[in-house]
Amino acid sequence: MLAIRTGQKVEFSEQSLQKVTEIINRYPEGKQKSALLPLLHLAQDEFGGWLSVEAMDYVARMLHIQPIEVYEVATFYSMYNLKPVGRFLLEVCQTGPCMIRGAEKLVSQLEEKLKIKNGETTTDGLFTLKTVECLAACGYAPMLQCGEHYHEFLDTEEKVDQLLDQLRRKAAANN
Amino acid sequence: MSRKILLDKIGIAGIETFPVYRSNGGYASVEKALKMQPADIVEEVKKSGLRGRGGAGFPTGLKWSFIDKKSGRPRYLVCNADESEPGTFKDRFLMEKLPHLVLEGMITASIALEANLSFIYVRGEFRWIIKILEKAIVEAKEAGFLGRNILGTGYNLEIVVQTGAGAYICGEETALIESLEGKRGNPRIKPPFPAVSGLYGNPTVVSNVESIAAVPWIVNNGGAEYAKIGVPKSSGTKLISACGNINNPGVYEIELGLPVKDFLFAPEWCGGMKNGKRLKAVVAGGSSVPILPAGLFLKTANGEDRLMSYESLADGGFATGTMLGSGGFIVYDEDQCIVRNTWNFTRFYHHESCGQCSPCREGTGWMERILHNIENGHGKMSDIDLLWDVQKKIEGNTICPLGDAAAWPVAAAIRHFRDEFEWHIKEPKECMVRNFGIAEPAIV
Ligand SMILES: Cc1cc2nc3c(=O)[nH]c(=O)nc-3n(C[C@H](O)[C@H](O)[C@H](O)COP(=O)(O)O)c2cc1C
Ligand code: FES
Repeated sequence: MLAIRTGQKVEFSEQSLQKVTEIINRYPEGKQKSALLPLLHLAQDEFGGWLSVEAMDYVARMLHIQPIEVYEVATFYSMYNLKPVGRFLLEVCQTGPCMIRGAEKLVSQLEEKLKIKNGETTTDGLFTLKTVECLAACGYAPMLQCGEHYHEFLDTEEKVDQLLDQLRRKAAANN
Repeated sequence: MSRKILLDKIGIAGIETFPVYRSNGGYASVEKALKMQPADIVEEVKKSGLRGRGGAGFPTGLKWSFIDKKSGRPRYLVCNADESEPGTFKDRFLMEKLPHLVLEGMITASIALEANLSFIYVRGEFRWIIKILEKAIVEAKEAGFLGRNILGTGYNLEIVVQTGAGAYICGEETALIESLEGKRGNPRIKPPFPAVSGLYGNPTVVSNVESIAAVPWIVNNGGAEYAKIGVPKSSGTKLISACGNINNPGVYEIELGLPVKDFLFAPEWCGGMKNGKRLKAVVAGGSSVPILPAGLFLKTANGEDRLMSYESLADGGFATGTMLGSGGFIVYDEDQCIVRNTWNFTRFYHHESCGQCSPCREGTGWMERILHNIENGHGKMSDIDLLWDVQKKIEGNTICPLGDAAAWPVAAAIRHFRDEFEWHIKEPKECMVRNFGIAEPAIV
């Protein structure tokens, strides 16, 4: 996947910087690279839900490692987004147990309602739809993850509508 | 057959908090372990017969006894909470509902291994669980069960919650260690085994959440008592996460040796097939284990009732048996297409292959394309033998067992449902018209 440069400087807030120190201190002396995955999560949360080249380079400097060490990790793990995503990233599990309990229907309902295809973002920038692999919620299928939350048993259109409404209201309230 | 030792306190209000957990007997194993010789704790775990609950079923006590204590290098315990095997959602349940049980197990296990720094590696998607665990750690520290000079004994232990970032392969113990070092999750060549050279090149034990959660009971009650639960060679209880076309999907603690028929049809467990459908097939231990058609799942090739135990599920080898695996129990009804399911699983393994070994990297992609073709009506009869050939060339030819995990589901599907593959190739649009492998007569 191609990494994107924004040309913009990134910097953690005071609070996040504190968190960074706390995370790095968890590991034995000289093993600060262990903080890489947690720091990339922190960066992704703080810098708009994805990792630009600038964000990755920033993390590399904090850990005193080469930028390439960050790129190779960021490209390996599926949770790091290397291009911008919508305000709400809807990650629908498509693996076997979810598939046999209606995951495909859930994806097509979302595609229809949001007027986007899997992998795309709505023009208002609110939603990105993405299929992912097993999220360890197989008994509560069909399901999707949005941010910190798992939304499970999305087996009717009403529940899907409700979820989208709830997210839209949340966005409106914060704007 | 419904003894509970992991989930026995699950109904108690507030059990996820330290005071309630403690007042219900929690952390007693830490007090006891601190008065024992570490080697004696390992001995009790050995005696218990506890087998690793992460999938491979290797005896936990034996694994712990391999840890190198002689070199004097720091030792680490790593609790594997990566839980990514399709069908498996039991560790999540334990951590959500009983975070202090998991911590208690980790502390007791760390005492046994004489580790002063331990990690719990949680899959990155479980963000709320990371918070639950971090809160529990703060509570345990305040109460003196973690941190410096635990309970005044001079023993120090820190537990770090480490987050993954979306990669099934990081459940494999050496990939997990790489990831914990801040790298890509590429499994290491063994030997050396982690017990000799693991995290930061130091002796390390990686154990599954559920294995670790069984330790407090074993230390409190003795390994011999634990060994009395269940059946010989499959002692104790096991969490089974049941999903698919059943009435009651969820997480259940069963005593090993429970007849599979009871587990599948009795109301206290899966509650039978949803919508009164007939049973077609079961994947008994997570997506990696061989799928069995209804008949062979319910009874072994010798006509014996199959039990939920390591031995009984494996009876007949891969020709007619399967594995208990991680306890991810996936049930398929008569409306499910085996070709489609196999394609779906193969896509999963292709996506999750780390790419180090060419048989796995190329083979999983190749199998996915063949299965995709068959599923979409472009299959040829020769594709079935080709698939068989490709999976055979992956099996056993990779650094880590992900290759096997990708090969076995394909092999089992062809072995038991070859007629369905053939029919699918001949009549792709009518794949569900004829039923293959369904339990007759219908069991309700
Ligand atoms: C591809 C792959 C994925 C695995 N995923 C997990 C997992 O998510 N959780 C787990 O505990 N073990 C997993 N394992 C097994 C671990 O390598 C290891 O055997 C286990 O954590 C040891 O703990 P146990 O002995 O308590 O089962 C996986 C193995 C492989 C090959
Ligand atoms: S298959 Fe969807 S959560 Fe496991």
